[in-house]
Amino acid sequence: MVSTSTLQTVSRENEIVVSMREVTKRFPGVVANDRVTFEARRGEIHALLGENGAGKSTLMNVLTGLYTPEEGEIAINGQPAQFRSPKDSIAAGIGMVHQHFKLVETQTVTENVILGLDAPRFRLDMSRAEADVAKLSEQYGLKIDPKAYIWQLSVGEQQRVEIIKALYRGAQILILDEPTAVLTPQETEELFITLRDMVAKGHTIIFISHKLDEVMSIADRVTVLRGGKVVATVNARDTNKAELAEMMVGRPVLFRLDRPALEPGEMVLRVEELHAENDKGLPALRGISFYVRAREIVGIAGVSGNGQSELAEALNGLRPITRGRIFLNGREITTLSAREIIDAGVAHVPEDRHTDGSVGDMNLTENIILKRYRHPPIARGPVIDWNQAREMSSELVSRFNVQAPGLDTRARLLSGGNLQKLILARELSAEPALIVAMHPTQGLDVGATEYVRQVLLEQRAAGAAVLLISEDLDEVMQLSDRILVIYEGEIMGEASGEKADRAQIGLMMAGQRQEVGY
Amino acid sequence: MIHIRLEPRLSTPRWVSWASPVVSIILALMVGAVLIAAQGASPIEAYAAMYRGALGSGFGFAETLVKAIPLMLAGLGVAIAFRMQLWNIGAEGQLWMGAWAAAGVGLFLYAAIPMPPWLAILLMMLASMLAGGLWGAIPGALKAYLNVNEILTSLMLNSVAIFWVLYFVDILWRDPGGLGFPNTAPLDKAIWLPKLGALLFFLPPTHRVHLGLAFGIIAAAFMWYALSKMQWGYEVRVIGLNKRAAGFAGMPIARNIVLVMFLSGALAGLAGMSEVAGVAHRLQRGLSPGYGFTAIIIAWLAKLNPFAIILVSILFGGLLVAGEQIQMTMGLPASISLILQGLILFFVLAGDVLSQYRIRFR
Ligand SMILES: Nc1ncnc2c1ncn2[C@@H]1O[C@H](COP(=O)(O)OP(=O)(O)O)[C@@H](O)[C@H]1O
Ligand SMILES: [Mg+2]
Repeated sequence: MVSTSTLQTVSRENEIVVSMREVTKRFPGVVANDRVTFEARRGEIHALLGENGAGKSTLMNVLTGLYTPEEGEIAINGQPAQFRSPKDSIAAGIGMVHQHFKLVETQTVTENVILGLDAPRFRLDMSRAEADVAKLSEQYGLKIDPKAYIWQLSVGEQQRVEIIKALYRGAQILILDEPTAVLTPQETEELFITLRDMVAKGHTIIFISHKLDEVMSIADRVTVLRGGKVVATVNARDTNKAELAEMMVGRPVLFRLDRPALEPGEMVLRVEELHAENDKGLPALRGISFYVRAREIVGIAGVSGNGQSELAEALNGLRPITRGRIFLNGREITTLSAREIIDAGVAHVPEDRHTDGSVGDMNLTENIILKRYRHPPIARGPVIDWNQAREMSSELVSRFNVQAPGLDTRARLLSGGNLQKLILARELSAEPALIVAMHPTQGLDVGATEYVRQVLLEQRAAGAAVLLISEDLDEVMQLSDRILVIYEGEIMGEASGEKADRAQIGLMMAGQRQEVGY
Repeated sequence: MIHIRLEPRLSTPRWVSWASPVVSIILALMVGAVLIAAQGASPIEAYAAMYRGALGSGFGFAETLVKAIPLMLAGLGVAIAFRMQLWNIGAEGQLWMGAWAAAGVGLFLYAAIPMPPWLAILLMMLASMLAGGLWGAIPGALKAYLNVNEILTSLMLNSVAIFWVLYFVDILWRDPGGLGFPNTAPLDKAIWLPKLGALLFFLPPTHRVHLGLAFGIIAAAFMWYALSKMQWGYEVRVIGLNKRAAGFAGMPIARNIVLVMFLSGALAGLAGMSEVAGVAHRLQRGLSPGYGFTAIIIAWLAKLNPFAIILVSILFGGLLVAGEQIQMTMGLPASISLILQGLILFFVLAGDVLSQYRIRFR
C-alpha cells in the first residue's frame, strides 16, 4: 500500500500539480469561494493565508471532493478532475489533515492508518502494516509508536498519525489545515522540519494558516484569500509581514498594542489547591493555586485540553469543585451557583460563542439581557420591560460597535467578530470585578481581534481583574502582566509578561516544570 | 452508485412555508381518497359527508368545538413542554389521571362535605391539574436529576395511568346501578361544567359546548403572555433554544424542567376534567379516544404557537366528528379520520424538510 512511486526528479520541479480555475462555492448566505484561481507546484510549500472565514478550508474541501463547487474547473497533474468524494481525491494522490482530526480514539495508530482501505479483512496483515507505519515514521521523522492507542497520544502526536495516514495512502500532495493551532512552539518547529523534508522528497504541501510569522518562515509561495476572493499569489521572499497583513485584512495593520504599566490593586480572585473533574469523571484540575489582582491581566497559556475549559467552568460555578477553595474579593465563592457568581460580579467570555455565549435563534436584545433579565430596570415584577431592554441593547450595540442590520437580527446571523462584541457588551457593561475570558479572539478577523484586546486592556485600566485563558501564546504574551502555564491540570510555572521567554514557556507547555523568576 | 444527499437550501422562499401546510392537507386528502375508494365507497361523497357532518351545520360545528376542547388543552400542554425541547408524549396518561382525580372529587368529596357547586367545580379543576401535573412531573424529575430520557418514561406512564384509572372504573368506583356498563355513577348535575348556551349565539340553542372552551382560550392567552412577556417564559425559551447558554447565564434548568413538565401535565389533566365534568359527566371507559396523542400532532402542526393550536384543534376536532359521521351514514370506518391525521402530519414533516433542504442525486 505504501506509495512506491519514486520521488520526482529535478527536471519535473515547478510542474503545476494542482490547478483550480474560477472555482465558486456558495453556502446559505455566503459565497465562501468567489471565482478562486489557485495553483500549486511540485516540491513547494504553498501557504494559503487568510483570516477566519476567508474560505481557506472550503477551497481545500472543494479540492478534495468533500464539497461540490457551483462553478469552476480543477486539474491534478494536468488531468481534469471531478472528485465525487475524498476517496477519489486520495486515489489521485491528495491527502488532507483537517483542523479537527478524524481518528478513532479506541484504536491503535496502525489500525487508524489502514482504516477504510479496501483491503479484504481476512487478508489483513497487522504486523506488516505496523512495519510499514514504522518505516514511514522513520523516513519522514514523524516519531510515533505504531501500536499506541490514539487516546494515549498528545494532540501533536495525533497530527503525526494523520500525516502518516495520508502518506500511507500515497499522498503526493498534502494539505494541512491550520496545523500549528494545536502545537507547542517546539512541536511546530519539528513539524516544519518534517515539511521541509517532504518537499525535498518531491511532495507538495498546501499549508493553511492565518498566522503571518509562520507563513513567512515556512512557505515558498503564498496565496492570500480575503472574503472568498484571491487577493494575490506572491513569493515569500519577495514580500514581508506588513504587506501580507495588509492583503489579508484590506488595510494597514498595527502590530503593537499599548499596555501601559499599572500598579496592581487589591487581590480580587484567589484560587487555592483547586481540583475538578472533566466530563468523563477523570481529574482535570489537580491542585491549582493562583491569584489575580485588580488592574492586572493574568494569562493562562497551554496546549488545548489541559484543563483550561474546566478551570473556566469551575470559576464560574458551572462545574463541581472536588477540592480546594475560590475567593472573590475575600469572600468564599467555592460552592455558589452560577447565578450567584454572576451576581457577585464575575463576567465570563466563554470558549464557544455559539453554544455557550449566545442564543443563536434569539435577537440581539434577547441576547443582551441574558444575565440581566431578573434585575431592574429590565425586570418589573415578574415581567420583562421590553422597552427598557431595547433601549439598553440599542445603547450597548452602538457603544460596542456591533455591526448588525437591526436589534431584531438573530444572533446566529452575526459574524464571529460582531457576536463576540455582543457578548463583550453584555458581560462588560455590568462593570464586573473579575473577567474570565477564554480564547476571546479565537476565530476572529484581525480588526475584531484588535478591538477585543483593546477592550480587555481598557477593563484592566478601569480596575478589573482579568483572567485570560488562551491557546494563542502570542496573545497571552502581548496582553498579560503575568503568565501561568497549565499542563495536565497543573500549573507548570509562572513568567512575567514582558520578560517571558518563548522557549521556556514552550517547555512548560510540554509538561516541564520551570522555576521562573521575575 | 447513486448518491442521494440533502443539501441545505440557500434560502427558503416565503411562499414555501405558507404553501406547505395547505399542500400537505390536499395530498393527505388525495391519499385518503384512494383508501376510501379501496373500501368501495365514493371519495367525493365521503368527503362531502364529512364536510357536512363537521362544519356544514350548526350542530355539526358545535360537536366539532366540543371535541376541540380537550385537544386544545392537551395540545397547549404538549406545546409548552416542546418549547423547552422536552418531548412529553404522555399527555394521554396525564389526561386520564386528571379525569380520575376530577371524578374522585366530584363523586366522593362533593358528597361527603357540603359545599357550593362552584367550589366543587374549582376543586375538581385543581385536583385534575395536580394529578396530571404530578404525572408529568415524574418524567420531568427523572430527566432533570437523573438524565433519564423523558420520551420513554412519559410514554410508558401512559399505560400505567390508563390501567390505574380503568381499575377504578371497572371495579372500585363502578356504578352498581349501571346495568353492567363499565362506568361510575353520574356526577350531580349541579357540578357539571355549564354550557355556554346563548353566549355562542351562532350555534343551535341545544348545543353541548361547555365552559372548557374558555379554559382553552384562557390557557392559550396565558401561555402567549408568559412566553413573550414574563421572565419565567423568557427562561423557558432560552433553555429550549440553547440549554448550555442558559446554564452559562445561571438559569435554573432542572427546576424549570420539572415545572414545565408539571404544567404540561396539568393542562392535559384539565382536559380530562373537562371531559368528565363537561361531556361524559362520569368517568368511563373510552373517555378519551386518544386526545393526548392527537395533541402531539396538533402542537407540531401549529408550530407550538398557542393561538394556532386553537385553530388546528378545531380542524382536528372536525376530523373526529366527520369520521363518526361517515361511519354512521356510509358505514365507513371512523378510523379514516385517524388515518387522515397521520397523513397530514406525514406530509407536513416532509414539507418541512423540503422547504429547508433540496434533494440532490449524483
Ligand atoms: N458547511 C458550511 N455551511 C455553511 N457555511 C459554511 C460552511 N463551511 C463554511 N461556511 C462559511 O463559508 C465561509 C468560509 O469558511 P471557511 O472556508 O471555513 O473559512 P476559513 O477556513 O478560511 O476560516 C465562512 O463564512 C463560513 O461561515
Ligand atoms: Mg478553516
